[in-house]
Parts: sequence; structure tokens; C-alpha cells
Amino acid sequence: MVTMTSAPFEYEKPESVAEASRLLSKYGGNGKLLAGGHSLVPLMKLRLASPDALIDLSGINDLKGIKSTANGLSIGSMTTYHELESSSDVQSGAPLLADAASQVADTQVRNFGTIGGAVSHSDPASDLPPVVLALDATMVTGSQRSGREIPADRFFKDFLTTALRPNEVLVRIDIPKLPANTGTAYVKMANKASHYALVGVAAVITLGAGGVCERARVALTGAGPHAVRARRAERILEGKVLAGNVIRNASKRVGAELDGMFNEDVHASAEYREAMTQVYAERAITAAVANAG
Amino acid sequence: MPTTINVTVNGTTRTDTVDERLLLVQYLREVHSLTGTHIGCDTSSCGACTVHLDGKSVKSCTVFAVQADGSEVTTVEGLASNGTVHPVQAAFKEKHGLQCGFCTPGMIMTSVELLERNPDPSEEEIRSGIRGNLCRCTGYHNIVQAVKFAAMESK
Repeated sequence: MVTMTSAPFEYEKPESVAEASRLLSKYGGNGKLLAGGHSLVPLMKLRLASPDALIDLSGINDLKGIKSTANGLSIGSMTTYHELESSSDVQSGAPLLADAASQVADTQVRNFGTIGGAVSHSDPASDLPPVVLALDATMVTGSQRSGREIPADRFFKDFLTTALRPNEVLVRIDIPKLPANTGTAYVKMANKASHYALVGVAAVITLGAGGVCERARVALTGAGPHAVRARRAERILEGKVLAGNVIRNASKRVGAELDGMFNEDVHASAEYREAMTQVYAERAITAAVANAG
Repeated sequence: MPTTINVTVNGTTRTDTVDERLLLVQYLREVHSLTGTHIGCDTSSCGACTVHLDGKSVKSCTVFAVQADGSEVTTVEGLASNGTVHPVQAAFKEKHGLQCGFCTPGMIMTSVELLERNPDPSEEEIRSGIRGNLCRCTGYHNIVQAVKFAAMESK
């Protein structure tokens, strides 16, 4: 039986972040890091990507595991979607992340796809980029020399493009503890076949005295070239009691950061995505407010 | 440059030298002659190629064989023991959970893992659990009945 075959490549399996970074330098932009491979391997089979070398990260222990710290959660970049959805630390410390991970693709993909691979790939329809944005996560990187801490809202740069440098490896994602009286929700309109988000909205809402919104984080995926924070909508929510009309007005501004550049493809027109962004934003913010109880 | 790997397939460990770009599904079918694992869409959508890699279901068209080095792989051929089919295989037979049979090995591998993680799933949990496996005959009704039956029989 004939299968689609990728171009030939060298296979490397480093045991440390420094070694992985050295290999990235060695292949000078033609080496690709391999995490779960569930975005990269299909691209290679279609020959949309033909790296000279695959640098398999699965042998690096520093990239594994979920730690609960005094400040929140520290999640290794090689943590799979299944580990996220089934971890009691993530379910209690960042239920938004556990819930969004459970909505990714299907069981087989969730068993091998990783959070680090997902955010580093910056697929415009990926579920976890809006979640790390809404949770004010920090991306911690490593290389041969030293590491960096990159706030999530400076990490996603463009279509399939992040702030990672050519020789940099994403080591972990740090997620701060949520304040008291905070509710979260991720709601997406999933493509029926792939379960990728046609549009998806993550909302994190903190309520104060009298039900006034003290802090709002809203982030959008699927609609534009990369996941974005919806700062204009957040400003409408903050400082107000979140009655239905306030949430509706804010939801109308959730796509504002895209400046009209909504994605258009075989699955949905730009106009449809824009309309659905408002619908799903309203659902996500309403659900987050209800959870903040 | 070919790479040497050690993989335990259905309980037997073997050393093979493979091309890095050889997919796990090709390795199983062409090197091990285990053709129970099917190639359907070849784009990680349909789930026909589902096997267990270190106990977890995976679409073997989306993993390179070199990634399985040092791992254990179970295919549909490895489910029966001592000539007795696995309870999930028996349930698919009993409830006629197949029509043309093409998706069946993948459906069974996914269902085995589903029941390991959740021995008493609701119908909704079964449907959600097998959503990575497509049946072009659309024979989902009996597949869901088969998974329910396997769960009931295991109680």
C-alpha cells in the first residue's frame, strides 16, 4: 500500500536542552524540533516542510512533567494534551487549560500532541494559544547559553511564527495562580472533521465586590493569522457589573485587534468568522462570569 | 543514513535498521508483515492505522518508526491471547460492530484504550472517545453497541 513519504532527513535525539540548541545551530535553520509531531509530521508528508534534520525532544527530561508551585503551575513543554486534561493539578489550578486540552482533536492526537509543540507551531486555529494568552502565562526558553522568559502576549507574532529564536527551545510554560472569584471558559466552534477551531474564545473573569469585573482576559483563536488578546473588549468589561448588554458590547469588539483581517478559507468566509467571533465571545464571557460565582 | 531501532511488537523485541522517514505504520505492515493495521486517509484523520505505543493509542501514519525505538507496540494482531480473542474483539463480533471491516482494527484499538481508561462509559463518552476513528460505512450505531457490550461483559 502506498503512503505519502516525507523527504529524507537526519534523526537526532538529544538528551539536554543545550544539546538540542546546539543541533539547531548545527543545521542552521534547516533543523526542526520534533515534539508530538502531530502538526509537523503531516506537513512533512505533504512536503510543505522538508527539514534536513528532525531533533526529537522526547529524550529530554527537563521538558517533562507538571509541577505545582507556590506561584501556580509549571508545565513542561513536552506535556501532552492527555496529561493536561487528566492532571488533577491542572484541573484544580488551571481548569481552563484542562478543559481546552480535552477539546483538542481526538484521543489519539491528545495522547501524543504537546502543549509546547502547539504553542511553538502557532497554528492560527490551535486551541491552546488563546488559553495561555488569557491565563497570562510565561514561556520559559532555553538555549546553549541562557534562557528567556517571554510573556504569552509577546510570544505569538504571526501565522506559524513566534518570538522563539532559531536556536531556542521552549522549556516550560508557567501559569500564575488565578485570583479568588475568578471564572474561566473556552468555547469554540469546531470544524466537524478536524475539530480545529473555526473560531475559539478563552475568557478569564475576576469579579469583585458587588459583582464588578475587576480583571478580564479574553483571547481569540481561529479568526486571524494567530491567536490574539482582545484588549479592547477587556477594557469594556473591566470596572463594570457584567450585565448581558455589557457582555454583548464587549463581544462585538473581540475581533477588533484583527483590524478586519479575518481568515477566509474553504470552511468559512471572513464575514462568517467575524459573526461567529461575536457569538462565541459572548458565550465564553458569559460562561466565565457564571463560573466566577 | 539508516538508523537501528529496537522495538517490541506484540511482545517480541526485534532489532531493525530502518530509513528515518519510514512511518510506524509502514514498519508494522512492511517490515513485520502485520497487515491488520490499515492505512486509510494517511493524514491522521481517519484512525484506521491506530495502534498502541507504550499503551497509548496513536495514529501510526503520523509517527516515524525511529520514534518508537525502545518502545512497545501493540497491534490488533497482538490483542488475542492463547487463541482467545480480546473481549472487545468478541463484542464487535457479537454486536456486528462492522460492515466492510476496514476501520475495524483501528476502532478496536481505540475502544480497548477507551475501556481501560473508563470501564463504564456512557454512550456520549463512547461517541466522543472514538471520534478520531471514521467508519465510511457509517456503521457507528453497532460500533457503539459493541463497546457498550464489551464494557457490560467485563463487569
